[in-house]
Amino acid sequence: MSYPADRKYTKEHEWIQVNGNSAAVGITHYAQESLGDIVFVEVPKVGAELTAGKTFGTVESVKAVSDLFAPASGTVTEVNGELATAPEKVNKDAHGSWMVKMTLKHPGELDGLLSSADYEKFVAEEAGH
Amino acid sequence: MPSVEATPAVRKTALNAVHRQMGAKMVEFNGWDMPVEYPASLGGGIIAEHIAVRTGVGIFDVSHMGDIRLAGPQALAAVQHISMNDASKLAIGQAQYSALLYPEGTFVDDVIVHRLAEDEYLLVINAGTREKDFSWVRDNTCQFDCAVENLSDDFTQIAIQGPKGVNLLQKLTAADLTTVKFYWVTRGRLCGLDNILMGRTGYTAEDGFEIYIPTDEATSARVWNEILAAGKEFGVVPCGLGARNTLRLEGKLPLYGHEISDTINVWEAGLDRFCKMEKAEFVGRAALEKAKAAGVKRTLAGLEMTERGIARDGYKVLDAGGHEIGHVTSGSPAPYLKKNIALAYVPLEFGTVGTAVKVEIRGQGAGAVVVPTPFYKRPKKTA
Repeated sequence: MSYPADRKYTKEHEWIQVNGNSAAVGITHYAQESLGDIVFVEVPKVGAELTAGKTFGTVESVKAVSDLFAPASGTVTEVNGELATAPEKVNKDAHGSWMVKMTLKHPGELDGLLSSADYEKFVAEEAGH
Repeated sequence: MPSVEATPAVRKTALNAVHRQMGAKMVEFNGWDMPVEYPASLGGGIIAEHIAVRTGVGIFDVSHMGDIRLAGPQALAAVQHISMNDASKLAIGQAQYSALLYPEGTFVDDVIVHRLAEDEYLLVINAGTREKDFSWVRDNTCQFDCAVENLSDDFTQIAIQGPKGVNLLQKLTAADLTTVKFYWVTRGRLCGLDNILMGRTGYTAEDGFEIYIPTDEATSARVWNEILAAGKEFGVVPCGLGARNTLRLEGKLPLYGHEISDTINVWEAGLDRFCKMEKAEFVGRAALEKAKAAGVKRTLAGLEMTERGIARDGYKVLDAGGHEIGHVTSGSPAPYLKKNIALAYVPLEFGTVGTAVKVEIRGQGAGAVVVPTPFYKRPKKTA
């Protein structure tokens, strides 16, 4: 699996893709594969404040419950409502299934995140354990 | 420096290498390295595996289950003494669901008792309780003229489950499986092996068989692969412990450490119909009589979520006012029923079908209702 270079990644397996003043956030292919069949995605409402590194939502598979960690601080501007009724889309296309869009409070925070190449290395090591 | 205890090695079944080669996702379960699900490329994934068993056929490696053999002139008396169901009702070749109880009337384990011959019984026990069960059975049967043997490492056990399971297995054996009723066993030639035990039993709330073959890796792998090949025409899917858990939950089949344990008694667990108080003395009987007279205070209720959210093992159950009344023993999405379901111990007055309760999910009470159980019952054969 190759990870798109147009975005940044967290060690908790989220991705964030910046587009002007807004950024889309989702979980990675590796995350969806580890979770298995995803049946539930819960994210905060529009207007909610996210803090980098803090949990902001939950994704659940048949077997497991997993927290979502905010890759950056900011305000939720849009929620992908489709995932409330069709959460399996995350399994089919994790990098195309954004969960929330947000404004960035401190765009500099993204410098601390992983590039696609670094993330690929990181998951290769995790999978090796 | 604190002393470090040696971690016991994780145990592997004879099919471990096969599972890994197939790309199964492996997890540790009760000290065993077991497949939780197979890749989508093989028709796997918990939901797909679950649906395959409900509508077609799936196969499971359940070699982690343990086996205890009791044989001798007083084998029946020994089995009667240590188990709650009435083994005297078993014909040769018949099996029954039962349980081993502590003197307190709580569970050592639940078991399937098979009567293999006039004076020979096989108890199939849970993986996590193998050693405990064996010592318990041995210690509680010394007074009987009966040999107790731990055969847990002597079988590779494969479960072939689903409405098409009988058709699949029939392709591989000369034994006539159509005459084997649910909870009966037969022996016959299977995949070139003689005298193989095949029981029409399982843990999926579906029709199916469990077979007991020699435990060497080559034979185990060969039989596993022959079953998969023979099952192609029925759409057979290899299944892991993930689907095994959701299947048994839909059928309200108890899991040791969850619905049954050493702190839960037979009445609370609702397993009355497998407990034969009218038979002679058995371990736990006196305590159960007292418990019944004192009145049963809690019950295992089936819950269905009425609001968004998935109840999970250990979550609190609240009354309408938000007061804690119990906890979830097993909770999960139910792939076939397409609902979020759970089992929970609640006070008797909350166990009535239709009672509205809440399940605390991440600090919030989400609505649920008590529903009839089992959640899923397999359709009666019309043929």
